[in-house]
Amino acid sequence: MSAKVDTSLPLEYQTEQDRMNILGFWVFLGAEIVLFATLFGVYGVLYERFAGGPTHKDIFVIKDVMIQTVLLLTSSFTMGIAIFEMRRHNLKGLITWLVITLALGAGFLFMEINEFIHYAHEGATMQTSAFLSSLFVLLGTHGAHVTLGIGWATMVIIQLLKRGLTPTTARKTFIIGLYWHFLDVVWIFIFTFVYLKGLVA
Amino acid sequence: MEHHQSKSFPISHVIGFVVSLVLTFAAAGIALKTNLSFKVIMWIIGSLAVIQAGMQLFMFMHLREGEDGKTNLVNMIYAVFMVIVIVVGSIWVLTSGHAAH
Repeated sequence: MSAKVDTSLPLEYQTEQDRMNILGFWVFLGAEIVLFATLFGVYGVLYERFAGGPTHKDIFVIKDVMIQTVLLLTSSFTMGIAIFEMRRHNLKGLITWLVITLALGAGFLFMEINEFIHYAHEGATMQTSAFLSSLFVLLGTHGAHVTLGIGWATMVIIQLLKRGLTPTTARKTFIIGLYWHFLDVVWIFIFTFVYLKGLVA
Repeated sequence: MEHHQSKSFPISHVIGFVVSLVLTFAAAGIALKTNLSFKVIMWIIGSLAVIQAGMQLFMFMHLREGEDGKTNLVNMIYAVFMVIVIVVGSIWVLTSGHAAH
């Protein structure tokens, strides 16, 4: 909590308070990983319990999944560039890349909502089978996180516009950056252990 | 970190991004276009996913930077341990009985 400011460090690490906030967020991410692990565990147990309903191959559309994956992967990269620009004290670059990141995130969400609508039209809803219950809970929890991330990052952008780059706004931006990369990490495993696994012959 | 990042080109981010794309499409290609057995495919694409996640952690999230870098690393190793216990443990306990009977 001390007011000691170490200006040799990037803005977000300059005060003890901000360093503790970042460490605390890493601990939170550890808990988030465990949350998603429980959902992956449930899906791994139930993924072949179709109860006479549609199977993976009936509903998954690989082309749409690839588009979603590339959108989210690219948004993780642009978020990385945003933080890179922040460390060069380039506020305009930071905000520009953040907005691009959120546009890509919104594109991902749009695809996912369409995917759910498409599933529902094919008679694949949460109530259809254990496979679909666990699938929708896993995908939905991830999608809810992306939605939350977009709202959160929007608020951070507003603060950046109002207050500029300070140790506090830099720390907040760095933390939303960590959160966004984390969502991409979760997606890598959804892509691999839900979609690709379901489509292997 | 010891030094300010004042480079004008984010080379490690670009490498991370390109490698992530390559790993993603390689996984899709192996899963969908080869005739390997299910088990072999899952081991390969599972490994590719772990590599890609590690790249995100180190190249994009700066896992080990700052004075708490070591703490972050231990935290993530513990999280991975928990994932293995929860996911592999659940699947093992809840499905192994069915195979035997």
